[in-house]
Amino acid sequence: MEAIDIFSYFLLLLLLLSGVKVVTTSNVIHAAIFLVFTLATTAVLFILLSAEFVALVLILVYIGAVIVLFLFGVMITRAPLGPNAELDNDQNKLLAAVISFSIFGIFTYILLQTFDSTVVISEGTSTKLLGEILLSRFVFPFELVSFVLLGALIGGITLARKDNALMDEDQI
Amino acid sequence: MSFSTELLIKVLVVLATAPAMALGLTLLEVKGSAWMQRRPGPLHVGLRGFIFPLATAAKYLQKETIIPNDVDEPVFKWAPAWVIAAVVGLFTIIPLSPTLIVRDLELGVFFLLAISSISTIGVLTAGWSSANKFSLMGGLRAAGQLIAYELPLILSVVGVVIQAETMSTVGIVEKQIEFGFPFVIAGQGIAFIIFMIAATAEMMRTPFDMPIGESELTMGFFTEYSGIRFLIFYISEYINLFVMCAIASTLFLGGYHVPLLPTEWVNFYGPLVLIGKTFLLAFILIAIRWSFPRFREDQLQTLAWKVLIPLSLLNIMVTAIMKVVF
Repeated sequence: MEAIDIFSYFLLLLLLLSGVKVVTTSNVIHAAIFLVFTLATTAVLFILLSAEFVALVLILVYIGAVIVLFLFGVMITRAPLGPNAELDNDQNKLLAAVISFSIFGIFTYILLQTFDSTVVISEGTSTKLLGEILLSRFVFPFELVSFVLLGALIGGITLARKDNALMDEDQI
Repeated sequence: MSFSTELLIKVLVVLATAPAMALGLTLLEVKGSAWMQRRPGPLHVGLRGFIFPLATAAKYLQKETIIPNDVDEPVFKWAPAWVIAAVVGLFTIIPLSPTLIVRDLELGVFFLLAISSISTIGVLTAGWSSANKFSLMGGLRAAGQLIAYELPLILSVVGVVIQAETMSTVGIVEKQIEFGFPFVIAGQGIAFIIFMIAATAEMMRTPFDMPIGESELTMGFFTEYSGIRFLIFYISEYINLFVMCAIASTLFLGGYHVPLLPTEWVNFYGPLVLIGKTFLLAFILIAIRWSFPRFREDQLQTLAWKVLIPLSLLNIMVTAIMKVVF
């Protein structure tokens, strides 16, 4: 076993532990911080697979934007220090177990079906190549996704501004 | 040299350089402000004021660490670590010369934007875990500000990337050498100004220091911090100042290159040139800090969303059109 293998297994262990902690901790902020660890270890695993771009997107979008907005949202609405008993939910444990094991099963099956024992040798992804493919072969899905995002943006603004608009009318 | 030896040497060099630069900039700030305000203290006391940064560091190191009762201890204790890890991580892509760089990443500029966004988590968790209204307000203000100004920071750099056709920091400097002019003259002047304003806001320096705002929030998100953890926040502020100014001089001012000097000696004068340019930019930011009052919170948001972001989008559009036309 090479050093990089040991490092990978260590990372996987860390990933699993922090992933479990995300769902078991009864403190919202702690859960968010464990989610950061989960995402960061995933990013490191991507770097080990020489997919730099994916790793950095994971850090920029998920850690830098999603988690930060999540923390911001939690703090601006209710920010109790210490554990929150409401988050411990004993109902539906069986259902949750069934769903998570079936998802695990499906993923394992698909991965084994696709790769089984084939070793994929990657020379690293060139970001230039990725950009070229995105803007030539996949240009239609790319534009479609941005259109969906625009729709979500406008929807978000409409929902958020609704009350303000009503309030202004009342004041007039 | 094996990979691990090389890594060890690089880490040690960065760990030695980062606090040294922070000390240098603290000295520059203290002496600069004293000079601007005619305060005799930092200009004359203790070897003409030169031991001031060391004395400050020694003072904070020997102070007792006070942790209030109600804080969320692990989160509170680790909050400074996020901030300093993010700013020291950025040293990876600062090119002191074409070869004197920790790693010339293909995605250098993208790396800068990704890693610098991590420090927001440290600021937010510090504000929340302190169990203090001032801290929470400071943390929220900081988050709002960092989210708003990250966009113009990213968008202003996009113009440079379009013009240089590369995201590697060494590549961007080489492009400027090839072009004959630094990008601040050759088309990215507006981007440079936007970058500097956004960087000042990201560093939470006056006139964008509402998250700290002594007169309103005591010390903002690090009100409850003392001793070495306060020192870490303080040092990372100055390391961040160094890193941001170094990146700005790399992207816009030609980095380690000066005209007329022979290129084969770049390993010798390169670091000096880059650090010189960095300190010059830092001095401008220090002069701004000690000359201007603080913005109001709504003015800050208006400036980001209604002025800087549209302007940087326009800059991208114009740069892209010019790139296609010429």
